[in-house]
Amino acid sequence: MVTQARSAIMSAGSVAESAKAEGMVTEALKSLFAVAENYPDLKANQNFLALQEELAGTENKISYARQFYNDSVMAYDVARQKFPARIIASSFGFTEQRDYFEPETPGYKEVPKVSFS
Amino acid sequence: MYEEISSNKWKSGLMLAFFVVFVVAFGYVIGLVWGGTSHPWYAYVGLAIGFLIALGMGFSSYYSSDKLALSTSGAQPAEAYLQDANWRPLAIRFENAVEGLAIAAGVPKPQVYIINDPAPNAFATGRNPAHSSVAATTGLLAMMTDAELQGVIGHEMSHVKNYDILLMTMTIVLVGTVILISDIFLRTFWFSDHNSGGGDGEAGLIFMIIGIVLAILAPLIAVLIKFWIGRKREYLADANGALLTRYPPGLANALRKIGSDTKQLKRANKATAHLYIAQPLRTKEGRGSVMNRMFDTHPPIEDRIARLDAMAGQFQEIQPGEGGGARPPAGAPAPQ
Repeated sequence: MVTQARSAIMSAGSVAESAKAEGMVTEALKSLFAVAENYPDLKANQNFLALQEELAGTENKISYARQFYNDSVMAYDVARQKFPARIIASSFGFTEQRDYFEPETPGYKEVPKVSFS
Repeated sequence: MYEEISSNKWKSGLMLAFFVVFVVAFGYVIGLVWGGTSHPWYAYVGLAIGFLIALGMGFSSYYSSDKLALSTSGAQPAEAYLQDANWRPLAIRFENAVEGLAIAAGVPKPQVYIINDPAPNAFATGRNPAHSSVAATTGLLAMMTDAELQGVIGHEMSHVKNYDILLMTMTIVLVGTVILISDIFLRTFWFSDHNSGGGDGEAGLIFMIIGIVLAILAPLIAVLIKFWIGRKREYLADANGALLTRYPPGLANALRKIGSDTKQLKRANKATAHLYIAQPLRTKEGRGSVMNRMFDTHPPIEDRIARLDAMAGQFQEIQPGEGGGARPPAGAPAPQ
């Protein structure tokens, strides 16, 4: 499932498509960790902890990269609409960009439920 | 958040401009007193010489500021910690956080350093984002959760991104100019009890008194302005750091933890104090009069926390979390 999601990212075209593909990877990883909760030996294992840290770090980096992209788009839009630029921008081909990254997975706001029963 | 950032930027810029005007005016008045009506050009020469000397000292220190700060603090490159199995989890969390925030800020990744000290503190230095370094103590790395650590690093990287090192260097150059001019003036005045060609009787005397008073007060004013600008930029770095992480409670909780910690940083000194995230030279509680507080390099922690909480707005009260990443076993020596 994870490999499938990964290849989806590689072949994604627009911003919206790659956001969707990345959402799939996040979902797959969430279920991986949820399953791992049932194996206490695995959880305490140094390598597994290192893996968790790497994955958490990488997810952070991805989300920071998206944040930076969104910030840049917003800065561009703001600059385009400020006074002197507004008049001449469209004649130089600076069109409006609204291609922001949006969170794609429907349940992104919910915390994944992990049961220890 | 955005309004705070922009108002902070133009206010500190305005203060710097005022400072420049102040220095020029000061030099002019001193030169006037010194040279009297017969040598009015003393004013400009004195000012120019003072300014050039201070500029030279300021910019030579600007280029070596990061090496100096790193070596006096005892920081070591993080690679040593990454390779030591005991310290690796702590160090890798730090590395990932720095890299993530560098991506968010759109700057090249700074060099990462670790200081072996139980007191929690961090600093960033570098004359521009391409030549920057971030350092944190092992105490900080062990104490903070992920969100808090990223808040702290966001704050530090905002300092670099806002060119605060450059700003403080310019401020220090101006302070140095004022000190030099008043020093020279007071010295020559002391050793000769009349100045050549000083103006006629009464007016000359009044001018002289004004000159002396100014020469004594000006360095004080200059230093106060420097600390004011430094504190203002700390608030700016807080706001920008919170914006970078999009999570003000992270930094607020980190500051809460740092504020309640009483350990003093082992290798802190006054010269590099302003670079750290919190005042490394601990003073007693109830820090005292307004006069003392004007000389602080950092704003009071309670105030910083309050501002961040105000930014947090819709977040509920979030308490500081349990300390983060795997700590090394007690007594594990730091890598050399």
